[in-house]
Amino acid sequence: MGKIKVATGWLESCAGCHMSFLDIDERIVEFFKHVELTSSPITDLKHPPIEGVDVGILTGGIGNEDQIHEAKEMRERSKILIALGDCAVTGGICTMRNFFPLEEVLRRGYIETESTVDGEIPAHEDLAVLTDQVSGIDEVVPVDIYLPGCPPTADAIWFVLTELLEGRMPKLEGKVLKYGMDGG
Amino acid sequence: MAEKITISPVTRIEGHAKITIYVGDDGKVTDSYFHVEQFRGFEKFSEGRMFYEMPQITPRTCGICPVSHHLASTKACDVIAGTAPTPTAHKLRDLMHMGQMIQSHGMHFFELAGPDFIMGFDADPKVRHVGGVIGVNPDLAVKAVKLRAFGQEIIRKLGERRVHPIFGVPGGVTRPLDPADREWILREVDNHIATTMVGISFLKSWMQDNHQMMEEFAVFPSAYMGLVQPDGALELYDGQLKMVDADGSFLEQFDPADYLDYIAEHVNPYTYLKAPYYKKRGYEKGIYRVGPLGRLNVATHINTPMAQSEMRLWKQLNGGKPVEGTLYFHYARLIETVYALEHVKGLMDDPDILGTDVVAPPGHITGEGVGVLEAPRGTLFHHYWTDSNGVIQKVNMIVATAGNAWAMNHSVNMAAKRYVDGTQLTEGMLNRVEHAIRAHDPCLSCSTHAIGQMPIQIELIGSDGAVLDVLKRD
Repeated sequence: MGKIKVATGWLESCAGCHMSFLDIDERIVEFFKHVELTSSPITDLKHPPIEGVDVGILTGGIGNEDQIHEAKEMRERSKILIALGDCAVTGGICTMRNFFPLEEVLRRGYIETESTVDGEIPAHEDLAVLTDQVSGIDEVVPVDIYLPGCPPTADAIWFVLTELLEGRMPKLEGKVLKYGMDGG
Repeated sequence: MAEKITISPVTRIEGHAKITIYVGDDGKVTDSYFHVEQFRGFEKFSEGRMFYEMPQITPRTCGICPVSHHLASTKACDVIAGTAPTPTAHKLRDLMHMGQMIQSHGMHFFELAGPDFIMGFDADPKVRHVGGVIGVNPDLAVKAVKLRAFGQEIIRKLGERRVHPIFGVPGGVTRPLDPADREWILREVDNHIATTMVGISFLKSWMQDNHQMMEEFAVFPSAYMGLVQPDGALELYDGQLKMVDADGSFLEQFDPADYLDYIAEHVNPYTYLKAPYYKKRGYEKGIYRVGPLGRLNVATHINTPMAQSEMRLWKQLNGGKPVEGTLYFHYARLIETVYALEHVKGLMDDPDILGTDVVAPPGHITGEGVGVLEAPRGTLFHHYWTDSNGVIQKVNMIVATAGNAWAMNHSVNMAAKRYVDGTQLTEGMLNRVEHAIRAHDPCLSCSTHAIGQMPIQIELIGSDGAVLDVLKRD
């Protein structure tokens, strides 16, 4: 059996979902036996290959224009797209800023904070423009598999990956959807 | 014709960023910028929450060092609740913090930056990552994975979860250490010290073989800041903040709660990452560096034996003066990892460590609290103001990576000027520029708590704005 191609990306997120993926610990050796990891924050390949990947994994929600573009690129180039973690599924904690006008959030961060001197709101042609609201990725692209959790446990991530390697669509129920109090 | 090169996204770092490099007619680099592209707004959207929710909300700024935010936040909450942790709680928080140092530093050296040393800066990007390291040196790779897992397990055993644990509460922690877990830690810890020493001897021989690169890669003077113990030794969890000047002379030592008297932040419009500086000198004269390099330059010594024998070598690197080379961050990071592991061992023998009095009763709401510690990437500040009921009114955070914001931009500039030839671009040149960022182990989600995401594409743009050439890593 040839290796399956996987790409991963992080959007509006804290990177904790990728850390939970690394929490598969020694199983990562097994992972690399079956998987060719293409673009990912832990490799230096910047975009999923044009010829496509079998599985695309996105963590994080949508909070700026670049992330919309990245989500679309991942969708176009993935046979199966996984929304991994609460932020990818619903926007997660990042959506707390939806309760405030964007302008106020930026003003607090770059002008009003007590340690900031002569602040201004950053704006530059090379800086991504923030969206008014933060959302999960399925507001932008269709998703095939939702794996919630902040973050999902390493075991849950491993279950999804191994089911896909076996050619099955993972059925998420019971312990796989439980996180927080049982060692995750 | 002038050209512009864009590296987007920067990888093997935490967060989202890009680098733009401007190249003149002669192919020489004229200027460069490091852009951090994410902003989330924790300082605003936490307003209106109860203060005791902050230790669960703020770790979501960063999944790599959630424990740093969790504990800095808990420290701020102690003050707001008018209480202080019991001796056992204080030491258990310190223990969890060491777990975080071990996993974050261990992962950075072996899994993120290590591939540049082990596979080579010019290696094919298809293998220049942790999977490639597993291929060429599976034994070392598995040991490194176990080192990271050891740190993560200390966190989980105390806080139920490896990422975003639930442990610190105002006045203490949620549970004592299980004696069986203490036994487990003592059984395991020496193996991980041994792994870290393998990393140190590998890095030292690399440093020897690449002496020229060590001495020319983004080497520049600055001031430095970090926590110290009362005797001036390296401290990571709780102490006074000390600043030293570029030549190592004393600048300041102060209670971290007074940080606003000493530190201010500057906004650069091309990035969401703010740049802190020493207030009395102003921006940019007051630039200082933090993190492993800053801390070892500030501390006089380390109070554990194996780390101290490396620290002696560190102090000789620049004849007793602060070490300036950006690549030395890696060596400092591994020395701190040894310290963290030795300190874990020491804590296991502390008579308080198995104590069951883990939470002190609350006092009256004081309305304001500052919590400061040394996160893996540098000094982290959480500052909250509440009303008399404990509802958050205002939040100010200065995050570890931001302490090196100016230094990262400057390092990129130096590396770009030294290594990039605009007439003949190679991927390896760009990887060196990226490494100028990577050596700082930035955590951009954090630093912009603002913001965070780092992937690379390089574009050559003519002075008329036309794209002349594109180099992508895909």
